[in-house]
Amino acid sequence: MMDISSFLLFWAAIFTSNILLTNFLGMCSYLSVSREVESSLGLGVAVTFVLTFTTALNWLAYYYVLVPLNIVYLQYIVFIIVIAAFVQLLELLLERYVPALYYTLGIFLPLITVNCAIFGVSLFMVIRNYNFLQSIAFGAGSGLGWLLAILMLAGIRSRLKEKLIPAGLQGAGIILIITGILALAFIGFSGVAPIQ
Amino acid sequence: MTRKEIFLTAAFRENSIWKQILGICSALAVTNLMLNSLIMGLGVIFSLGLSSLTISLLRDHTPRSVRMIAQTLVIAAYVIIVDILLKAYLPQISRQLGPYVGLIITNCILMGRLEAFASKNPPLDSLIDGIGAGVGYTLVLLVIAFVRELFGFGSLLGLRILGDWWTNWSIMVMAPSAFFLLALLIWIVNKHYYRVK
Repeated sequence: MMDISSFLLFWAAIFTSNILLTNFLGMCSYLSVSREVESSLGLGVAVTFVLTFTTALNWLAYYYVLVPLNIVYLQYIVFIIVIAAFVQLLELLLERYVPALYYTLGIFLPLITVNCAIFGVSLFMVIRNYNFLQSIAFGAGSGLGWLLAILMLAGIRSRLKEKLIPAGLQGAGIILIITGILALAFIGFSGVAPIQ
Repeated sequence: MTRKEIFLTAAFRENSIWKQILGICSALAVTNLMLNSLIMGLGVIFSLGLSSLTISLLRDHTPRSVRMIAQTLVIAAYVIIVDILLKAYLPQISRQLGPYVGLIITNCILMGRLEAFASKNPPLDSLIDGIGAGVGYTLVLLVIAFVRELFGFGSLLGLRILGDWWTNWSIMVMAPSAFFLLALLIWIVNKHYYRVK
């Protein structure tokens, strides 16, 4: 078990080891959904929510099912199924009980199943031997960190529309450069709360 | 299309990283060392080639409603094989790659190729398409890793190339350089290969 407080881990996951800017997870939806601030916010909130709960569920599945049964090598399949089932369930519940939220977040939910940040956080949780509380803190922090990164990019991209950009750099190229600069800025936090 | 064309299209003209901008996560994360990139690339070639073959063989027997979950499970099965092999024979590299081997499962390249090619084409063609896409991915990884390892550690594939006079650029080991180098690569490819004006 790593000796690090959950509170510290929560902040570290947002700033010093941001899931997107230092671990490169969740790039696909980060690149494709960041066109507008509003939809980025929607997706970010959905990711944070799903990430917090699936990390907790996967922790329980790993330590109470996979380890006792000695079938740890099935962790990938179990994690994927837990995430897919959770997202599906959330979609059904939202549609039934909170239709207003469903119409704003609903379209993002299928995208989340294939977001590698969700799966990656569960894998990090296992590799770094986090306990239950640490896992929840790490999941929530990573989600918020991802939300922060996509919001910043969306904000910058909305100002980029009428700028002149070299033809070959338009689209993915310029976004990657912006992300690189953001990552460079986040290195400034790295002395604050080391987690590895 | 002949088989050679299928391979070349998948590897270069429709390269998943620089053309389709898929599978960026692992392309950025493992490229600080060339050896890690090579092993990662081989893992992707193996799991993508074989899951293309499998999905293509199953394509007439899989109902459309469950095809996504079928694809995910097939990929996961092959990735587990890769993971177990790495843990057994290359434990140190397996530790360095960490979660990124498992993340091949959610790598968009695999789902993309299965959905776009393997679910509609005969088995052998799909195998070649899968291997081609994997080779294209590996090449991009190696190019980025070449620059990052050379400037970041002064070595290539673990062998010291630059002498004692060389001071390592620590930025090359850290995350931002991966973003910058990939952007640069995409720019060069767009300009000189696709001739975007």
